[in-house]
Amino acid sequence: MSTVVLLTITGLGLGAMYFLIASGLSLIYGLMGVLNFAHGAFLTVGAYGAWYVESKLGGVAVLPRFLIAALAGLVIGGVFAALVELVLIRPLYKRHIEQVLVTVGLGLSASALVVAIWGNDARPVAAPTWLGNTTTVAGAHIPNDRWVEILTAVVVLIGLNTFLRRTRYGLIIRAGVENRAMVTALGIDVRQAFTLVFAIGGIAAAIAGVLSSVYFGTVDPARGTSLLIFAFIVVVIGGLGSLRGTAIAAVVVALVQQYANYYASSGLGDLSVVLLLGIVLLLRPGGLSRSFA
Amino acid sequence: MAALLAVDNLHVHLGEAHVLQGISFEVPEGGVTALLGRNGVGKTTTLRALLGLVDRRGRVELEGVDISRTATHKIVRHGVGYVPEDRDVFAGLTVDENLRLAERDAEPQYALVYDLFPELKARGKQLAGTLSGGQQQMVAIARALLNRNRVLLVDEPTKGLAPLLVTEVARVLERVSELTTVLLVEQNLGVVAQVARDVVVLDTGRVVHIGPAKELLADKPMVHRLLGVGRA
Repeated sequence: MSTVVLLTITGLGLGAMYFLIASGLSLIYGLMGVLNFAHGAFLTVGAYGAWYVESKLGGVAVLPRFLIAALAGLVIGGVFAALVELVLIRPLYKRHIEQVLVTVGLGLSASALVVAIWGNDARPVAAPTWLGNTTTVAGAHIPNDRWVEILTAVVVLIGLNTFLRRTRYGLIIRAGVENRAMVTALGIDVRQAFTLVFAIGGIAAAIAGVLSSVYFGTVDPARGTSLLIFAFIVVVIGGLGSLRGTAIAAVVVALVQQYANYYASSGLGDLSVVLLLGIVLLLRPGGLSRSFA
Repeated sequence: MAALLAVDNLHVHLGEAHVLQGISFEVPEGGVTALLGRNGVGKTTTLRALLGLVDRRGRVELEGVDISRTATHKIVRHGVGYVPEDRDVFAGLTVDENLRLAERDAEPQYALVYDLFPELKARGKQLAGTLSGGQQQMVAIARALLNRNRVLLVDEPTKGLAPLLVTEVARVLERVSELTTVLLVEQNLGVVAQVARDVVVLDTGRVVHIGPAKELLADKPMVHRLLGVGRA
């Protein structure tokens, strides 16, 4: 029983990270039709931004240092993403192939730049001691950082949902996901919404970057790319442009991965996820979001 | 009568097809100008080109101001309303949200919209995707009427509607034409006869006739020749 509880809650923690990365990716593709292969760079930039700021706050106590650094990472991730949209994506709106190539190039360049500055090795991250401790639930010792990841993802999901449902920009984004041309034909400049969606995606990815640095205990230049693959899988399974589909798919993918790794064989988790992707694409090409429309 | 909208030598290529081949016409201020022609001659493309929704060459002027290179959202903000073919309502948004999204003016004309379409008020919380075709058409027209426009571009508003609804839409168009200029694409010649003052006829991407609606519709052989309707 305790094994099941441990696997489930740590799986939910992993799912929380997948959701944080995938949510921005899903919104960006849903609204703009941009397959953003640089999304992992937003995670890396956010994680390293937080780590760098944290390393400069030597005289500050651990908890406020961590929080300030995390906030800095989010801002850096969001600003970076907005700049990417303004400088690289916007000039290429009608040229989809070039857009994809630019994002691939940026993803590779960002990792290379981080390696050039800080080297290839993972760097340890200082986090509050409490995060490294465990809480016992039904006999299972759950690392506390998993609770933070789950809670953060829930807050972000509620926040994004509220933004989409209650604000004018949210209305524009929801309509734009359906029919961008018609939104323009109503006199709305969707380009502002594009930049905002990129910024939101960047902030969410940066949150994932900060949390992944706690989860793994380090920042790593390759982490953005490795997590991006699972983010794409989550987005496709969940349905492009669907926040609710992304949330559900993130949980399903993470749980399948955790259970397969434990009960089948370590390493089979990744294969199981890919098989799951194949099954969903065969049975529901539009993703789970069609079920939950 | 002064031209509200002036189109000069407008060309549109869609893929390999040269859909509009240098069309020129004017839309006078006030009343309804109908844009007619057989299927596939470029009527919808003309409206989309006026809005900048497709790449185009040529000159388009609105009240003497060149909007040929103006972005779509700015053209619309200059006072051009649009009711697209196939309605294009946002299915995942409620009726209220569809209308709210279309608001441009400081004081949107909800009183006018609900007077014309009282059903929309009752169905405000209903998802637009669950409405009937006729109800969706009401939403599409209402979106354009919320704002004070200089001209309304309306694309086949009676397409696919039951006869009772066609009559209703024609009534609405008559009322709207008293408030603003309308450029109407319409296949239903009965509606054209009821609401249009002038007609522009297209054939294979070219303008082949311009004149008063009554004159054209009274000339059955010409109607058959230009529109392929009725007997010669």
